Amino acid sequence: MAVQYLAASRFGLGRRFDDPAISDPKAWLTRQLGDYDPAPAATAGLAGRTAIATAYVEYREDRQAMRRESADTPMSEEEKGMGPELRRLSRSTIRRHYVDAAAARLAAAVATPTPFPERLVHFWANHFAVSADKQTVIGFVGNYENEAIRPNIMGKFADLLIAAVRHPAMLLYLDQAQSFGPDSPVATRVRDRGRRQAPGLNENLAREILELHTLGVRTGYTQADVTAFAKALTGLTVAGLGRGVGQRLMPADAAPGATVFIAPLHEPGAQTVVGRRYDAAGAAQGESILRDLAVHPATARHVATKLARHFTGNEPPKSLVDRLAADFLNSGGDLASLYRLLITSSEPWVAAPTMFKSPWDWTVSMLRALKIPALGEKQNVAAMFTQLGQPIWRPGSPAGYDDKVATWAGSAALMQRVELASRIAGRIGDRADPRQLAPLVLADALTPETGRAIARADSPGQGIAMLFASPAFLRR
Amino acid sequence: MILSRRSILLSGITVAAAGALPGFAYAAAGTPKRLVFIIQRGAADGLGIVAPTGDPAFAAARRAMADETAGGAKLDSMFTLHPAMATTAGLFTGKQAHFAHAVATGYRDRSHFDGQNMLEGGGSRPYGRDTGWVGRLLTLLPAAERDAIAIAPAVPLALRGTVQVGTYAPSRLPQADSDLIARLTALYADDPLLHPLWDSAVKTQELASDIGGNNGRNGADLGKLAASLMLPADGARVMMVETGGWDTHSGQRGRLAAQLRGLDQLVAALQTGLGPAWADTLVLVATEFGRTVEVNGTGGTDHGTASTAMLLGGRLAEGGEISADWPGLASSARLDGRDLKPTRSLESVIAAAVAHHYAFSPTRVMTTLYPDA
Repeated sequence: MAVQYLAASRFGLGRRFDDPAISDPKAWLTRQLGDYDPAPAATAGLAGRTAIATAYVEYREDRQAMRRESADTPMSEEEKGMGPELRRLSRSTIRRHYVDAAAARLAAAVATPTPFPERLVHFWANHFAVSADKQTVIGFVGNYENEAIRPNIMGKFADLLIAAVRHPAMLLYLDQAQSFGPDSPVATRVRDRGRRQAPGLNENLAREILELHTLGVRTGYTQADVTAFAKALTGLTVAGLGRGVGQRLMPADAAPGATVFIAPLHEPGAQTVVGRRYDAAGAAQGESILRDLAVHPATARHVATKLARHFTGNEPPKSLVDRLAADFLNSGGDLASLYRLLITSSEPWVAAPTMFKSPWDWTVSMLRALKIPALGEKQNVAAMFTQLGQPIWRPGSPAGYDDKVATWAGSAALMQRVELASRIAGRIGDRADPRQLAPLVLADALTPETGRAIARADSPGQGIAMLFASPAFLRR
Repeated sequence: MILSRRSILLSGITVAAAGALPGFAYAAAGTPKRLVFIIQRGAADGLGIVAPTGDPAFAAARRAMADETAGGAKLDSMFTLHPAMATTAGLFTGKQAHFAHAVATGYRDRSHFDGQNMLEGGGSRPYGRDTGWVGRLLTLLPAAERDAIAIAPAVPLALRGTVQVGTYAPSRLPQADSDLIARLTALYADDPLLHPLWDSAVKTQELASDIGGNNGRNGADLGKLAASLMLPADGARVMMVETGGWDTHSGQRGRLAAQLRGLDQLVAALQTGLGPAWADTLVLVATEFGRTVEVNGTGGTDHGTASTAMLLGGRLAEGGEISADWPGLASSARLDGRDLKPTRSLESVIAAAVAHHYAFSPTRVMTTLYPDA
């Protein structure tokens, strides 16, 4: 049993070159829960919500000006294949906000002294996935992880859920920002005037909360639940971005990018969701539903299964899922309690490292292992992960990236890793000795075969590439 | 080995360029059959793609979006093809396109992930099968027509099965040197997961290495890339191409037009790139489910049920036709009052097209591709 490697790589993000050996894995992991810093240094100085929202509005409005500018500016290598629209986006401030936040995310992961909680940040950001596919969302995705996820991963699941749902990135990504009660005062007024189509309901967010964030798919909720929940959420929107009916009703003091509740957009009346009637008026209606969903037994089971899978593999043992789900219900969704249970359970520790690292996990663990910066100053971190098949904060669907071996273990993906390992090893050259690095990084997962293959490499660089492409290092 | 592959690939490209020459020997010799499955992930709106403009309830349901298809090719008195699909319209005129409408898999809920799982796995319920219908089809094919590849970083469910399948993701990274490749081949030799993946990666690397510069950024590039992987004498014969971006909950008008333009160019590039081999190629375009009949409050449509599927290729059974037992769009005719009602199973459409293409017994194809049906 490779307990040191599992502690460092299954729970953590890979051993850093300067980490001392892990003598007591469970104590090491437990200590990190207390030492966790929700605002790591790498994320300081990133743009806030107002700046992000303002940049989006400027991007939208400055079309003409930007076009002129792009005609004068020489094109970079990367831009040559792009059409004018994509080039404009690539030069925009919203794109820069995304690229800066992605680079900060990587820097934080490489530097962190608490890699277990840092992994949990990535886990929850992926559970409550937003995807930078929409121009309105691109600038916000980094802020979402830093302000909605990071501060809430040690508290109650309900608070994490509500913070995620209320963040502008989620409201914009799943169309909540433009969902209006069909019989809300505003929709009724527009309809009465009869001049144009009344704004209406969008059930996207409500459906995905039920299917992906809380109860889980096929747990018995119905289309009627989705619609009623969507109605209860109406009124919740983002200030300072849109051009539609809602924007004229924004409170004067709401900063662009702020989450606001606009009462005249809210569907009046009680709603029944998953067998419970909610009479409260206004924003409280949606929030009570979220709080009930957050402690529902199906949610406990759903969260327990996903967490267990992340720390045991494709088919999480039922025993572990059962205990996590029971703990979730007993503690009212206390997340730190679930993490402690994971550490002290036997299941995550018994297997060999059989889970195939995601491109993110693999790259982070590689960079943590190296003392010499492996990436160039000008490396576009966001582009690199796109190349590796796991664009940061852009899973392309609200389900996020899934946690199975088959998702990441593809032949092309493997070749890409070997190519990147080879390129990085080329940069390092003989400034690191793979024969010393291998036992440090792979610890008790280093096999005699891998040790021999690395020792026989034709150069230190080739040995480093082989270490990072070795069967053990590809897994966690 | 590498040299011979490269020379074949280069000669293949030459053939494609010269494909317009009549009576070229390559075509006369007869080409092996090729199959391309283009999956539209995200629930493509069949009612916006092949619009039932002749249905009296259509305009009212689609409101401002009803003229989405204005200027598109009139396919018959009922249906209009989206105007972004000019090449496809030309194929339809030339009896090289067929649309099956009001079709759906057996899935009746509205989750993308479950729906795609049914479409790809071909089971009777989500997660009922851990192999895919294309993967099972491979077992029926002669060895010469069995080489399959997905343009994706990992093998999609549709292609999983007992036959080893390659994947190819366009890469702009410099290649690993052959010595490192050989050493890793030895290191992975006893690893049950890495060994087959690596074998396939190395083989594909050799095949694709001469077409650098194709980065799959748009439909035309993707089509060109797909054709270049399928054209060589030892290239792929079965291909899966992934497309996303069909989940048009808002702003559907512009988004769907852009998607369809990309798809149309993908098909155009595939046809051009395959040259004479197009005559023996079947392209199948399908999505996990359709979208609501009514427009929602944000200029989009929500998850629905039946949609449309496309068959394209040189030798279709019913080219230039639309098959639909049209249920109508009036509220009372809809499924759950909201969705286009499925009147034919997508599974049967796929099985029939595949059986015709390979001249297999329809029963045998059906029981292999859809054993639970």
